[in-house]
Amino acid sequence: MATTSAPLAEPEGITLDIEGQRPPFIRRFSDSVVRFARSSPIGMVAVGVWVLMFIMAVFAPILSPFDPLEADYGAIRAAPTTEHILGTDQLGRDLLSRIIYGARITLIVSITAVFIGDLIGFVWGIASGYLGKRFDLISQRVVDVLMSFPGLILALLLLVVLGAGLVTVIVAISVTRIPSATRVTRSVVLSIKEMSYVEAAKMIGASNIRIMVRHVAPQVVAPILVVATLHLGGAIFAESALSFLGMGIPPPAPSWGNMLGGVLAAAFRPPWWLVIFPGVAITVAIMAANLFGDAFRDFLDPKLRQRID
Amino acid sequence: MSKYLFNRLLIAIPTIFGVTVLIFLAMRVIPGDPLQLIVSESDGIYVLSEEELQALRASLGLDRPYHLQYLDWIAQVISGDMGSSFWNKEPISGMILRRGPISAQIAIMAVLLSWLIGVPIGMLSAMWRNTMMDHLSRVGITVFIAVPSYWLGLLIILFTVLVFSWRPPITIIQLWEDPLGNLSMTVLPAMALGLGLSAGTARMARSAALEVLFEDYIRTARSKGLRETLVVWRHVFKNAMLPVVTTTGLALGGLLGGAVSVETAFAVPGLGKLLVQGMTERDWMMIQNLVLLYGLIYVMINLLVDLSYAFLDPRIRYE
Repeated sequence: MATTSAPLAEPEGITLDIEGQRPPFIRRFSDSVVRFARSSPIGMVAVGVWVLMFIMAVFAPILSPFDPLEADYGAIRAAPTTEHILGTDQLGRDLLSRIIYGARITLIVSITAVFIGDLIGFVWGIASGYLGKRFDLISQRVVDVLMSFPGLILALLLLVVLGAGLVTVIVAISVTRIPSATRVTRSVVLSIKEMSYVEAAKMIGASNIRIMVRHVAPQVVAPILVVATLHLGGAIFAESALSFLGMGIPPPAPSWGNMLGGVLAAAFRPPWWLVIFPGVAITVAIMAANLFGDAFRDFLDPKLRQRID
Repeated sequence: MSKYLFNRLLIAIPTIFGVTVLIFLAMRVIPGDPLQLIVSESDGIYVLSEEELQALRASLGLDRPYHLQYLDWIAQVISGDMGSSFWNKEPISGMILRRGPISAQIAIMAVLLSWLIGVPIGMLSAMWRNTMMDHLSRVGITVFIAVPSYWLGLLIILFTVLVFSWRPPITIIQLWEDPLGNLSMTVLPAMALGLGLSAGTARMARSAALEVLFEDYIRTARSKGLRETLVVWRHVFKNAMLPVVTTTGLALGGLLGGAVSVETAFAVPGLGKLLVQGMTERDWMMIQNLVLLYGLIYVMINLLVDLSYAFLDPRIRYE
């Protein structure tokens, strides 16, 4: 209900010192982490795997025993030894070093692509759901069109147009995340729109923009964060598959996906280490992302489970 | 039902229109001109003089205004003419007809496999929840959902090469010509695709069965003395299947995309392999029409999935 615009009289004897009661951000954050770890030990293990990947990516030059791009023609397709722990590839490059450096591409691509794609979906979904009418109708038809392609095919089409490369891969993958992010956001907004506090805001004359930013958007943050964590695994898969097909990260840059490309094509005796280790890295990264996403969803709101599945 | 069908078809029309426009724009407007793309890519190998380029453009109709080019393309596709490959002049529709059945066969076999493996595991896991079997199957599900299908394919090839010194054949063998040869080519890619899919199916079957198991009518069925097998088959299984159909429907998009990388891993001569080949060779007519084909197939599948829900669940029809 709308109230009068006159300032409310302060009730006697009660002072509201909300800021003073609120612990500082770091405290609140670390408390949440502890609660998350208690609610899901598996989720915490998944977080640990991602922290390890971050360490690998940041300290790659220190951690890797060799230069990931340096070819050693004396040791081409050498099986794992004590010198090259995971063996070498078709140009004699050290596989372990390439996998360590590969974590950089995996992290950069998956995180930025999911961030950009889901941010666009978030904004678009709020506008589409809240404004409704013709804008919603047109938006939803455009989303329909984007959803009419299997994700990987759409990404491939975009990469043919834009050319292979780090930035274009990020763009292509983020575009494929937009439709589902928009749909989820919109469906949440449709229910929030009917809430009485939105109606109240309208009554006192708040503009559409203000209502969307101040009243609707905060309610959608939790669901979109869950969608984003669940998208991470898909983005890692997409990057690896595109690079595997030779349309993604171009060689010689070490990406886990392009390390698998053509690995069994020419080999007379198949180099098993070149097949197994990069794939294990991809699988572990995707698994950790998925487990974290599931745990995070249950942590934020167990009821979300139904809304997003 | 017919009203629902009509409405659903009506929505599909602007979607298909949008799909064609998106593909057309992607192929024309952004890189300037498809020929530009081909010529600039193959620097030095395939050099054309400016006149030759103009002549080639005119012969392909690329010198006409965009809207006419678009209408030409649509008219061509509707009349069944998919154009021909830029490099070897082979008609594209012929290639699709020869390779399409193989891709379709792999996809169908993968879906069947995912039901054969996923549904029993999910159901048993739900009925024997919190036993050793349940824990094991949940670990398996988590792993197989994460494993990329093309990598699973590479592992399978590695295994057959190391153990049997054998690789699946890579020439086109149709099912009706040589069933055994055809199966030796398609079974392993179908496995690579199907195992990941069955993990998703098992997960959904488990949670759907868990929900149904606690319904009142299950307790009623048990308390009236129905045998457990009958309870499971008549009541649990039947009601748990709708969400499973849903996930399979949703997974088909991933399956079509995943098939592209799996076909490349196995070098199976299917549509996906053709698409990747067309993309690496910048064969623009091939890319344009194959992506359109994938889009149309996916729209059709979504339509069929929606109609199957409406058929299975009467509540949806009346919304």
